[in-house]
Amino acid sequence: MSTEWMMSLVGGTMIGIAVSLMLLWNGRVTGVSSIVYGVLVPHKGDIAWRWYFIVGLLLGGLSLKITAPQFLAIEVQTSTWIGALAGTLVGFGAMLGGGCTSGHGVCGVSRVSPRSIVATIVFMSAGMAAVAFLRKTGLMI
Amino acid sequence: MTYNIGALIVGLLFAIGLGVSGILQPAKIIGFLDVFGKWNPALLFTMAGAVGVHFITYKLIRKRKTPMFSKEWFIPTRQEITPALVIGSLIFGIGWGLGGYCPTVSVTTLASFEIRPIIVFASIIFGMLLFGFIDKKMHLKSKLE
Repeated sequence: MSTEWMMSLVGGTMIGIAVSLMLLWNGRVTGVSSIVYGVLVPHKGDIAWRWYFIVGLLLGGLSLKITAPQFLAIEVQTSTWIGALAGTLVGFGAMLGGGCTSGHGVCGVSRVSPRSIVATIVFMSAGMAAVAFLRKTGLMI
Repeated sequence: MTYNIGALIVGLLFAIGLGVSGILQPAKIIGFLDVFGKWNPALLFTMAGAVGVHFITYKLIRKRKTPMFSKEWFIPTRQEITPALVIGSLIFGIGWGLGGYCPTVSVTTLASFEIRPIIVFASIIFGMLLFGFIDKKMHLKSKLE
């Protein structure tokens, strides 16, 4: 197995352990889009842990930036307006679809939820179509 | 407090796992989705690792009466496949493919202090609030359930 694949497996295992701890400790699904939305449109008494989780993500990002910045290399492949459109669709779609790659793709698929399996197949296929479109139209170098 | 610190540790571990996986580099996500071009299957191993671990731990953890730091479980129980689920995931997937950023990655890469993640993160927040606004006005989600 190549080093890259090995790293992907190790990183994936860490993600699996992280979402398992969230379940074991707090009884929650690690759905990052809904965690973030719960900060934007807060319900009383259900906010603090969300901030702690987000700070944890940022601290993790920061520790990578300091110790292994290659993991945080941002490779821009498209123009700014595509990045802004991409984000808008991601935010809107995650809310309408009730989850994103973490909530549906990792946590939902793991508990064999039919909704999450469908969501994951749909967003992966749509992502593949979007990348094919970018290549075809020359919008991505 | 243990509840909050637990969430912080989960976030930290999640972010480092993302980094090690290579997922914090949008080019790798694009590479995984580029099945008609130069396909890079590395992300499959990440999925296998994450789902493989949690598939097993989920069953073991759910044998408990309650979580360690909480009195109840907060786990979705719905089963039905609705238009909202499919259309939402379709829109999400298009955005994911166009940018290479999912919400988790967009938050974590803010720590890079680069301009691109800030633009993507801000637009994700905009997309979420836009959904909230339209949903409030038109009851979009309940119409599609």
